[in-house]
Amino acid sequence: MTVTHDILIVGGGGAGLRAAIAAAEHSAGLSIALVSKVYPMRSHTVSAEGGAAGVMREEDSLDQHARDTIFGSDFLADQDAVEALVQEAPRELIQLEHWGCPWSRDPDGRISVRAFGGMSVDRTLYASDKTGFHMLHSLFQTSLKYDNIVRYDECFVTSLLIDDGKVQGVAFVNLFSGRVQAIHAKVVIMCTGGCGRVFPFTTNAAIKTGDGMALAYRAGAPMKDMEFVQYHPTGLPGTGILITEASRGEGGWLCNKDGYRYLQDYGLGPPTETPVHRKMELGPRDILSRCFVQEDQKGRTFEGPHGSYVHLDLRHLGEKLIDEKLPFVRELTRNYVGIDPVVEPIPVRPVVHYMMGGIHTDIDAKTPLAGLYAAGEVACVSINGANRLGSNSLTECLVFGARAGRAAAEYALDQPAPATNPVEALASDEQRRLDAQFFRKEGGTENVADIREAMQQTMEEGAGIYRDEARMQQTCNDLRELRERFANIRIEDRNDIFNTERTGALELDYMLEVAEVIANSALLRRESRGSHTRTDHPERDDANFLKHSLAYRTETGPRIEYAPVSITRWQPEERKY
Amino acid sequence: MTRNRPDPSLLFHPRMPANWWLRKRTYFLFIVREFTSVFIAAYLIVFLVQLYQLGNGPGAYQAFMGKFASPGWLGFHAVALAFAIYHSLTWFYTTSIVIPLRIGAMVAPRYVFTLLNVAVWLAVSAAILAIYLIW
Amino acid sequence: MSERTVSLKVTRYRPGQDSTPTAQSYEVAYQDDWVVLDALNFIKDHVDGTLSFRWSCRMGVCGSCGMMVNGEPRLTCSAFLREFDSREIRIEPLAHFPVIRDLVIDMSGFLDKLKSVSPWIIRDTEKDPSEGEYLQSPKQLDAYHQFTACINCLLCYSACPIFGLETDFIGPAALALAHRYNEDSRDQGSAARWNAINDHNGAWQCTFVGECSVVCPKSVDPAAAIQRLKVDTAKQWVRSVLLPWGQK
Repeated sequence: MTVTHDILIVGGGGAGLRAAIAAAEHSAGLSIALVSKVYPMRSHTVSAEGGAAGVMREEDSLDQHARDTIFGSDFLADQDAVEALVQEAPRELIQLEHWGCPWSRDPDGRISVRAFGGMSVDRTLYASDKTGFHMLHSLFQTSLKYDNIVRYDECFVTSLLIDDGKVQGVAFVNLFSGRVQAIHAKVVIMCTGGCGRVFPFTTNAAIKTGDGMALAYRAGAPMKDMEFVQYHPTGLPGTGILITEASRGEGGWLCNKDGYRYLQDYGLGPPTETPVHRKMELGPRDILSRCFVQEDQKGRTFEGPHGSYVHLDLRHLGEKLIDEKLPFVRELTRNYVGIDPVVEPIPVRPVVHYMMGGIHTDIDAKTPLAGLYAAGEVACVSINGANRLGSNSLTECLVFGARAGRAAAEYALDQPAPATNPVEALASDEQRRLDAQFFRKEGGTENVADIREAMQQTMEEGAGIYRDEARMQQTCNDLRELRERFANIRIEDRNDIFNTERTGALELDYMLEVAEVIANSALLRRESRGSHTRTDHPERDDANFLKHSLAYRTETGPRIEYAPVSITRWQPEERKY
Repeated sequence: MTRNRPDPSLLFHPRMPANWWLRKRTYFLFIVREFTSVFIAAYLIVFLVQLYQLGNGPGAYQAFMGKFASPGWLGFHAVALAFAIYHSLTWFYTTSIVIPLRIGAMVAPRYVFTLLNVAVWLAVSAAILAIYLIW
Repeated sequence: MSERTVSLKVTRYRPGQDSTPTAQSYEVAYQDDWVVLDALNFIKDHVDGTLSFRWSCRMGVCGSCGMMVNGEPRLTCSAFLREFDSREIRIEPLAHFPVIRDLVIDMSGFLDKLKSVSPWIIRDTEKDPSEGEYLQSPKQLDAYHQFTACINCLLCYSACPIFGLETDFIGPAALALAHRYNEDSRDQGSAARWNAINDHNGAWQCTFVGECSVVCPKSVDPAAAIQRLKVDTAKQWVRSVLLPWGQK
């Protein structure tokens, strides 16, 4: 049974909801399907804490925001895209305010801004320390206004349907019935987020399994810059729960086991009582994560049951500031490590947080596949290059979500009414494929969880903060082997209704795909840049590698090509803070 | 609008057991609180009849009041008083949640509202008792 | 880290196979810092892959993992196993909701109720974002901020006996959200929300049991919101009767 809409958006997080609203506002006559494997308010945008960046103050400028972002990206960001981002950011953030987002305020009633890592000026807007939560709920509640946005909640997309060289919709498993259905659309926007769950320790929720990345990759779209994996410097050991960068923006210190603010030993000093932009604890995330590893190698970190860690000290900020600006941090640390940051320092270590890479798109969120757009973490425009600055990604969701929505709307209005027959046939094929490989599969000996854990383990070893040829090659080999083991999985749950063993297997299928792209892209980039650091190639190599990697799917693994970086006004220079 | 809903014929619909209010302390106390209104209403009817008898002259009034000396009526009044006190205390507690007490720019903790009201209630009750005793 | 074992008695419901839910017990050896969700995931990954439940963020902000733990509605990502003295812990789907499968409940009704209170900024006149933000002082933000914290976890619905008896009751979370918008200085839509709130399935169905606020993991205090909605709608009604002209 096939349903038809004009625009179909996969993923109901910040980017997906913003795209839906943008398309709905573009034309009331457009019918927009929002398909998500979870209810939208469960999307991972909800966990973002620190804030969203935009030029809001007179002492700031678009050029400064652009420069900070490009510098932070280690010059791999496409500068025209960054210019579009910083240009549209203030309008998007104000629009979100108009839609009810409870931004924190200055005494005069204007939206407040705060300091954030790598930013030279205070420009991070924040809603307490739960900015992603407030942004997501404001967008979701606003989306309820539009009758032409139709949601398909708890529908798990399993493939893009392509006919006549164009993306014409998706096939999905309806989790309530367990049956495969299809939606026919003139254009699809992929907004499914990143894939932190291919690693064992991550701030990411369970649902971040790279679904949209794998779907587009399998359909022939290239994955750009996948080797760049961001480690957030301050996650809780073990769980990986995020402790926002805002805690450092408000003045928190990172101290080793001797109580020493070690970042000063790595060129980020001098240490000051109160934070200075881009220095010490407000340095960029890739550098801070590397500093941790080096401190660890020197034996100056604490040892704990979940590995080594350092201290994030907020005590000197005082209870009043913590309760006012960082209440969620206090709640999280009390609940999950039994520590009150007012009186004790928080144990933290770097954990996987964000994928700079993703589906290759242009500045209007368009992918090389006709009829496919992408926005948010799933996409790589690229505005983040080799390393993302904190608080740029919520802004990216808004700016490029809106661009994707508008562009898709224009595209859809231009398309003729589609013929549904090819899509019906494709949907039946998909049901057969899924039945054979997953739903009605007989036999098998491998446990899905075991393969998943092995994948995470090898990714941690080969695609971590410090990489080298031998370990990356090993990881590539391991992933090939895991792919073969995956063909032999055993699925015991035969009940069609809300079968999460099946979805777990489908997600692992996506993760293995994406993990392989990450590992292979990393292996072939023989330099160190941003978050991709190699002990065997420790320097940045602009002559050979000032370019984006593009991974195309083949039967024997990814084929990596390269594309130039768009440079407008900021010539690459040495990246020193 | 959500277009995807589960098949209703496959859902299991739980039923609230008839003794739901006995299964949790807070539910039980809630039902007691609601039940107090029965005794408050009953006492109010008795009080209205008492006023009516007052209007019928001292003889009728004395005869009516004589009935209250019986153990049954004393029991009723004791129980009604206990429920009325519980009713009043829970009232002052719940209204403290509804009405935030502002003192300047700050909002006072809820128990302040409750204690203030209880104090006023006790003061008024004491005053009425004093008038009765002196008169 | 010391290791102990606990027995989890988990509700199972497989449509087509089971006519009613049954209980299944699993022995789990756990670490000191495990939450109930960790135990459930251990069961799913290594003991019984057929157990279905929702979860995502595991940090108490997405609202997916609500279940009844020993008869109390809890977020299983924040319920530590070491909290429970008993050797056996009962895990059941959230009370008062239809059950789809195992620990997964049907929340489509809740989504409808959410929409029914028009939970978005409603204004008579809007300004373009290029004109800047609507000014809002920290005090004005404070007036509604606590009611923005709702993560839609539905624990309050499971705690509310009235919702258990009258499933058409809009319920604590939806009403708290209506109040959030009514109190937002930027919003001018109280009249638009009036019908939904004033309905007998709206605020007036509430008898102030107060359990919703007790179980709320985010201290939203929906009970307070609902009673204040009653006061506001009552005032509005009196005004409409005494001053029928000049309505908002």
